[in-house]
Amino acid sequence: MRHELSLVAIALILLVTDLMLKPSQKPRIIPVAVVLFSIHTILGFLPACEGILFGGMFRATALIGMMKNVLNVGVLIILLQSYTWIMKEENRDKMSEYFILMFSTLTGMYFMISSGDFLMFYLGLETATIPMAALAAYTHHQTKSAEAGVKLILSSALSSGILLFGLSLIYGSTGSIYFSDVAQLYSNAPMQVLAFLFFFSGMAFKISLVPFHLWTADVYEGSPINVTSYFSVISKGAASFILVLILYKVFFQLVYVWQDLLYIISVLTMVVGNLFALRQKNMKRFLAFSSIAQAGFILLGMIAGSQMGMTSVIYFVLVYIFSNLGAFGVVSAIEASTGKINMGDYDGLYHTNPKLSLLMMLSMFSLAGIPPVAGFFGKFFLFTSAASAGYYWLVFIAVLNATISLYYYLMVVKAMFINKTDTPIAKFRSDNMTRAGLILSGLGILVVGFWAQVYEFIFNLSVGLF
Amino acid sequence: MTGTIPLQYFLIISTLMFFTGIYGFLTRKNLITMLMSIELILNSVNINFVAFNRYLYPENLHGHFFSLIVIAVAAAEAAVAIAIIINIYRNFRSIDVDKVDEMKF
Repeated sequence: MRHELSLVAIALILLVTDLMLKPSQKPRIIPVAVVLFSIHTILGFLPACEGILFGGMFRATALIGMMKNVLNVGVLIILLQSYTWIMKEENRDKMSEYFILMFSTLTGMYFMISSGDFLMFYLGLETATIPMAALAAYTHHQTKSAEAGVKLILSSALSSGILLFGLSLIYGSTGSIYFSDVAQLYSNAPMQVLAFLFFFSGMAFKISLVPFHLWTADVYEGSPINVTSYFSVISKGAASFILVLILYKVFFQLVYVWQDLLYIISVLTMVVGNLFALRQKNMKRFLAFSSIAQAGFILLGMIAGSQMGMTSVIYFVLVYIFSNLGAFGVVSAIEASTGKINMGDYDGLYHTNPKLSLLMMLSMFSLAGIPPVAGFFGKFFLFTSAASAGYYWLVFIAVLNATISLYYYLMVVKAMFINKTDTPIAKFRSDNMTRAGLILSGLGILVVGFWAQVYEFIFNLSVGLF
Repeated sequence: MTGTIPLQYFLIISTLMFFTGIYGFLTRKNLITMLMSIELILNSVNINFVAFNRYLYPENLHGHFFSLIVIAVAAAEAAVAIAIIINIYRNFRSIDVDKVDEMKF
């Protein structure tokens, strides 16, 4: 409960501080938010108290605490990276809303991950989703941002509706909404399988799995870039965490149903995500489709249904946070200072901005899964856990897809290092906060890969699950 | 409970409402109508919860609580959605989905 309490406290402090500041003093809210959130992140790593609250609706374990810490680290990096963008003149009058909305969605995700029954799960899901639409429509005078907001709120409302219909059938067939009761009463009855399918389609919308991915690219392109990075790592990570927890804990009786389902959906997601990523010229859309493909890889870890699968999913999300935020950080720094967003604009970036190009290269290598960096180990553990459950063909298809993805990730690297142009992006220097965010994600890509204890630590935490 | 309406009737109505909502969401071009379709879906869920609770599990109130919370959340969702739709109207001078198509792949 400590995570939730301190985050709600931070959001309230920001709200009150914002009321007391004069319009000219508004920028002071940024250091306050960043410092408070850093303290919150560090506090999260203290040993957590485990237990159950509200008659089983809320539960906290060391593993769930670890999931929240992973999300915290990602949000901290995003806050640092959004400094240049949030300081723009057009955002001045609504600066603190950005932080408050972001912290409310994060609170929702905490409750969602910690939920012990479907009611708390649904509340957390909606608390995470509704402010997110407001974030997507944040720059309200831009048509694209408004369009992204309406596309997000309508498609996510539809998906919650489908999910809820599944939940109502689950309640009708078992008579309980508590995870522990439902897990015991669940069987292979047709109505229960149907209820599970409704539930799964709702979740697939949130993680943007094919065929429920159509909203992703538009929302990612239209939203402000820092909000996009929040969608693609934090919101996707939280939804994957709760999906893997629910699949393993609640629907374990249906393991043969969801293993087949995950098999098909993961192949579809990887192939479609990769093929569409090949033809994108806009960096935001490119990263959107690459993140769809990455979601397909996450399913590979879930399909194993073992402790190893759980560990590999959490580890992969941690790695994915660092590598995707590295890429998004570079794109956002370039967009904030030059307004350029297309892949063609990156030609010759190395000659003018060598450090940024280096970080972008590291992130691309990590997303593609090239050995020395963290992304390789993330994919390696996912593949191992799927192979240990006997899914050799699936792993083969995934490796093929990783090779396809290498092509388009290297296209970016080629543009930066090899392509020649007369008008490269001029040399610029980001402010210190953005630089700190970029350095953090770069360090994460290197350290998490080389430091094997991280994986073992998560592995030991997920022991109690089975 | 002789003489009362059987549970199946409620379920048939709620399923019809659910799929009417899905159909409406997929075919309608007006953003407000799409929002109304979502409300249909959420209300079909409420009927399901309340009917299941009343007929099958009258000893506890989980279904009633769930439907109350769904109503509250639906209100919050509608508020945010309508605010964003007004914003769309200001930007595009229309709330027709065919006009709101700046991004396509």
